[in-house]
Amino acid sequence: MNRLTTLFQHKTADVLNVYFTAGFPQLTDTVPILHALQEAGADLVEIGMPYSDPVADGETIQRSNQQALDNGMTVATLFEQLQNIRQQGITVPILLMGYLNPVVQFGIEKFCQQCQATGVDGVILPDLPLEVFEREYQPLFTKYGLKNVFLVTPQTSAARVRQLDGLADGFIYLVAAAGTTGAQTDMNADVDAYLSRTKALGLRNPTLVGFGISDAASFAAASRHTTGAIIGSAFIRLLQHTPAEGQAAAIKEFVAGIRP
Amino acid sequence: MTLTAPSPYRVDAGGYYGPFGGAYVPEMLYPNVEELRDNYLRIIEDPEFKREFKQLLRDFAGRPTPLFLAQRLSAEIGTTIYLKREDLCHTGAHKINNTIGQILVAQRLGKQRIVAETGAGQHGVATATVCALMGLECIVYMGAIDIERQKPNVDRMRMLGAKVVPATSGSQTLKDATNEAMRHWISNPTDTHYIIGSVVGPHPYPDMVARFQSIISAETITQLLEQTGRANPDFVLACVGGGSNAAGAFYHYLDQPGVRLIAAEAAGQGVTTGHSAATTALGKPGILHGASTILMQTEDGQVTEPYSISAGLDYPGIGPQHAQLFATGRAEFLSITDRAALDAAFQLSRLEGIIPALETAHALACLPLIGAKKDDVVVVCLSGRGDKDLATYTQHLEEYS
Repeated sequence: MNRLTTLFQHKTADVLNVYFTAGFPQLTDTVPILHALQEAGADLVEIGMPYSDPVADGETIQRSNQQALDNGMTVATLFEQLQNIRQQGITVPILLMGYLNPVVQFGIEKFCQQCQATGVDGVILPDLPLEVFEREYQPLFTKYGLKNVFLVTPQTSAARVRQLDGLADGFIYLVAAAGTTGAQTDMNADVDAYLSRTKALGLRNPTLVGFGISDAASFAAASRHTTGAIIGSAFIRLLQHTPAEGQAAAIKEFVAGIRP
Repeated sequence: MTLTAPSPYRVDAGGYYGPFGGAYVPEMLYPNVEELRDNYLRIIEDPEFKREFKQLLRDFAGRPTPLFLAQRLSAEIGTTIYLKREDLCHTGAHKINNTIGQILVAQRLGKQRIVAETGAGQHGVATATVCALMGLECIVYMGAIDIERQKPNVDRMRMLGAKVVPATSGSQTLKDATNEAMRHWISNPTDTHYIIGSVVGPHPYPDMVARFQSIISAETITQLLEQTGRANPDFVLACVGGGSNAAGAFYHYLDQPGVRLIAAEAAGQGVTTGHSAATTALGKPGILHGASTILMQTEDGQVTEPYSISAGLDYPGIGPQHAQLFATGRAEFLSITDRAALDAAFQLSRLEGIIPALETAHALACLPLIGAKKDDVVVVCLSGRGDKDLATYTQHLEEYS
């Protein structure tokens, strides 16, 4: 069974998803960071495929994308790095997050095949339109056992949330507030109202909140009405500031600090 | 001109031009793009909108722009050349046609703030101008490198009351300014309208901008008929960065197969030098700024940095309609080097007393290449004037003395 499905069957609250960019800070850091996050207790991990023009991302993740590209990271290289991770004891569910163009250039069917072969469980492609997904991608995703994760924002209409929920089969990614990743979202009354409004819709998929979640307080506030939350930019900043030799320990401390 | 049969060159109900176009936007932008998509035709077909648009084009922008028979240039090239004088528009280029149209749309959507991207600064100035006219807040993203090399336009935008924000990500040029403008729109989804300056971006932008620019070919038809007795020229020439002046100059001729459409791309230092912006020569199908189109990219699908002497053609993609015109062979795309563009700019200046923009000079440089005969009628869209490029031209003055 898909590892995402299993996860959400067993865990329905305080799920922690951590994002990091593949090939950052060093090209070969991808798999060691994956190991460290699993050992630290992250429930699922989202690996970013770097892109030259990440429009949905704020400065922190943009820079990590650029550095990863400068390091030589590509979609093909990432799949090479992920070869055999499942044989090496990585059991945590893995999502690949990225923009559509590099995936299209790699070849969509080949991409799905490689995801299945390396043990990737799901994909987040923010600029993949819903109707294109339905028309061209859904059959391939199903064939290769891949879950597609859709984003929902405070501006998304209830009707569209239901439509997305109907198509999704992993979880729904709730964008906490209008903005790009890493924006300072204070978990204010507006965000709380949006999250409880979404909860009231009674979606069939689990929900994880992202954008602006950076510490224990924002994680707790975000998880009140949802299945859990996603931390990205704050984790990238940690990687940026941590010397290579202290990376594993710093990751452990960071993850432990989110759910004290 | 309305069409009775569907044209393969015009946008279909789903927002595509053949395989190109669409709206590849993250969910954060979906409500904005949807709002525009569901309302733009209703708004721009409204008689009151049409009246106001037409009046502003006339009284504010200075339309119709003349169609000028360039006799000395015609003699030099050996054909009959008419220049569609978009350089005489207020703010110095065709860009104002689009910004007037879009600010009227923004008002009708109840938006309070305008965000825009700019490369050379022409679209930024045209946007700042209409924002001043309508009293709307204006934020223009411009690549940090472009801010340095196009300083007069930065000052013009500031004088008009716009806030110019440097885009410091990526290559710090037009592509990155576009990314930053999109990010701003993501962060301010309800009160802001994004005025894209070219026929790029998610549907409905390419179609909306082409419609606003179509005034160029609409006027050309009337003026050519008056001056020559025929509505259709043999050739229409225009430069293509994103391609808005070309989209307007081609618009009413798309379904007239007797009119050859020529698009000039910037070859930079040469198509094979690695310093070029010749998108159709170097690119392949991909997705950029919300549309499926042809773009310059690495094998891994990362967008490549383009290069051109002209900041307005320094863009790694082209509008989806142009991608379709290229793919179907309806338009011919020629690659023009920096040098050929400079030659053409000095030639026009000295033969006709018109200093063209560097972008426009790329279209002029096609004239000797198209095989036009003496009696053929060639229309060149003279998209902008060269004041903004004087610093560049001055560096080359001695070579042409």
